[in-house]
Amino acid sequence: MSAIKAKHQRLVLLVIALLALIGAGLLAAYALKNQAAYFYVPNDLVANPPEQGRAIRLGGMVEKGSIKKAADGVTVHFIVGDGKARIPVRFTGITPDLFVEGSGVVAEGRMEGQTFVADNLLAKHDEKYVPREMKDMTAAQAKQVVAETK
Amino acid sequence: MIAELGLAVLWMAAALAVLQLVAGVLALRPEGRQLAGLVRPVAVVQGALVAVAFAALVSLFLTTDLSVKLVAENSHSMKPFIFKLAGTWGNHEGSMLLWVTIMGVAGGFVALIEKRLPENTLIATLAGQAFVSLGFYAFLLLSSNPFERLAEPAPEGAGLNPLLQDIGLAFHPPTLYVGYVGLSIAFSFAIGALVTRDVGPAFARAMRPWVLGAWIFLTLGITAGSYWAYYTLGWGGWWFWDPVENASLMPWLAATALLHSCSVLASRNALKAWTVMLGVIAFSMSMVGTFLVRSGILTSVHAFAVDPERGSFILALLAVYIGGALTLFGLRASTVTEGARFSFVSREAALVLNNVMLCGILGIVLIGTLYPLLTEAMGVKVSVGPPYFNPVSAVFAIPMMLVMGVGPLLRWRQDSLEGKGAARITLPVGICALLSAAVLLGVVLFAHHIKLLPALGLAVAAGLAPASFLPLRGRNLRRTPLPTWGMVIGHFGIAVALFGMASESAFSTEKLAAMRPGDVQQVGPWTVKLDGIGPVAGPNWTALEATVAAGYESAAPVMLHPQARTFSNPPGNRTESALKTRWNGQLYAVLGEEGDDGRWQMRFWWKPFVPMIWYGGALIALGGLLALLGRVAADIRRLVATDKIAYRRMKQGR
Repeated sequence: MSAIKAKHQRLVLLVIALLALIGAGLLAAYALKNQAAYFYVPNDLVANPPEQGRAIRLGGMVEKGSIKKAADGVTVHFIVGDGKARIPVRFTGITPDLFVEGSGVVAEGRMEGQTFVADNLLAKHDEKYVPREMKDMTAAQAKQVVAETK
Repeated sequence: MIAELGLAVLWMAAALAVLQLVAGVLALRPEGRQLAGLVRPVAVVQGALVAVAFAALVSLFLTTDLSVKLVAENSHSMKPFIFKLAGTWGNHEGSMLLWVTIMGVAGGFVALIEKRLPENTLIATLAGQAFVSLGFYAFLLLSSNPFERLAEPAPEGAGLNPLLQDIGLAFHPPTLYVGYVGLSIAFSFAIGALVTRDVGPAFARAMRPWVLGAWIFLTLGITAGSYWAYYTLGWGGWWFWDPVENASLMPWLAATALLHSCSVLASRNALKAWTVMLGVIAFSMSMVGTFLVRSGILTSVHAFAVDPERGSFILALLAVYIGGALTLFGLRASTVTEGARFSFVSREAALVLNNVMLCGILGIVLIGTLYPLLTEAMGVKVSVGPPYFNPVSAVFAIPMMLVMGVGPLLRWRQDSLEGKGAARITLPVGICALLSAAVLLGVVLFAHHIKLLPALGLAVAAGLAPASFLPLRGRNLRRTPLPTWGMVIGHFGIAVALFGMASESAFSTEKLAAMRPGDVQQVGPWTVKLDGIGPVAGPNWTALEATVAAGYESAAPVMLHPQARTFSNPPGNRTESALKTRWNGQLYAVLGEEGDDGRWQMRFWWKPFVPMIWYGGALIALGGLLALLGRVAADIRRLVATDKIAYRRMKQGR
């Protein structure tokens, strides 16, 4: 194979780079459409239920008095609410330290039947840190939740 | 007093950066030639001053001066020494001061020792460095002054987030920062070369050690950060595709591409515009990363010390620097002369493929990281995680690693895989490829529970590990240059890390159980018995500690002590996982909470060969270090030789 002209070579390199970048972009767009996990509050989840088994995130307040431990000692059932709707959640694992009733939580997982099965729970890391999706809610909706549970 | 001194010194350093910029710009014009001599000394003094400012902040933290706002908000008099020290950069203002300190010191260092570049390019480089530093000085002095005093000294400090009270904090952020900011040198070199239009092998040789240095630190920082997250978060994972992790990965990808294109430019005078472009992109990615981390704009497991309002300042800086550099690139790229030619089967072509694939992965990671921001602007909240990043980046990573097995064997300019090339390249590489195929076949036939990606990872690692040593074949090992050793070890490190990653996801076993003292569980080849749970106390925490007797197959059991720690200043909890490392993997134990019935939640993982991930990372960094030593030694020899020639000429009166 003979070496090609310098000018053409630059053009070929440019085309290859562009093709790769466009390819990456298209691939990313396609994959994001299928793989991005949408964030729901309980009310959205009831109004527009996602397809069963699709990875989503659910955020809300852990309802007072709803945390129940199963007999195996490592599965918890609780209810996440936003003042309008209530979703039962099942989680198997060690709950985060700041996972307590009446506090905010974001759960990663999927709907199975009427239950949200969580793979992972993100609770507040410390006093300063609130999951960003929760910020809007703790201001507007948390008060409501608190008022209703009183 | 020290706080005021620090602030004053910081202002002086900023003023010198202005001088460095102005003098540099003027010196590049014919009428300002006499200012040329000013630029280097100013850069050195600027670096020294900003280092003094940083030392002042460190001393404030070490003495816990509670009249300083930053100390009062982030430190505590009862904290152990190492965390008082590390607390200096475990917060927003301190980390930004560390950032400008590294920039200033690196710039001063370049001014002091860089002799290979044409003087004009060097002056433009230092002016560029000052220009970038100025933005961060402005950011520090105008919106995040680390030396701000409180009207009333606080009675006691608020303390450091317990998650950060770990030895990892002492090493991980500074290492990563040296890497991030070290790339600013590459950025400034690129700007300097664009300004003077002087892009050639000399430029690449001058830039390469700086890129290598920054890249070594980035590699170490990412590796250390991954291990830190692995053992402190207690989730058993080593990489979460978290925005903050991506923020460190993106500059690494760009720097890796830059490193390889630099070698093409240095050896063959090709890929000129491309190398300059990568120099711009690498540091831009560092700044994007800082923006993502510091602005708190993305949800992150690492999201400490965030402040949304400061985000807009960094965003403006980003726009100015990245936009400006790209505009300059657009204006000047076409005037950078054509590079040397090469054929499709050549070392250059393989390196181009490496570059394109790395940029592809970079694009994938960048899009995935920013996508939640884009959708949020349209009112939809999403998160993007491993189901996106793993397969999509593998589409680019796997072909890249395949070419990695062949590329180093190819000759520059033009090579052939037939004739003479068959014995040198095709045959040995073919054997390695067969090894890969055999592993893949083995997985398909005997272990079909293993998913596609880990299976491919195992197969590629099996072929790449021996292939990475092929460049040493037929060489006298004592005379093999250090940079070649560096390449071999770095590539082998990639294979080792890949093996660790694939093995972790293919073979890990997990056991989650509620246990009473005396209960026994089976985790892979391990038998674990909960002996008991008792309280222990540390300097600023108390903990519940489990005693677990873990026996590997029939060997005598070893004791593991996972803890659940409670910190008092500030109040917080952290699980402290316990690890037992064997040559063939790691047992990972986490203590959860006590149930109402007196059983304790325990979580165990047996992760075969998982430490290979970090050994691989360390090998990659070691490869970089060898290459750097080789380059620097060659430069010193060359300098000595030119000095000798000049001396002889002088003696002979020529």
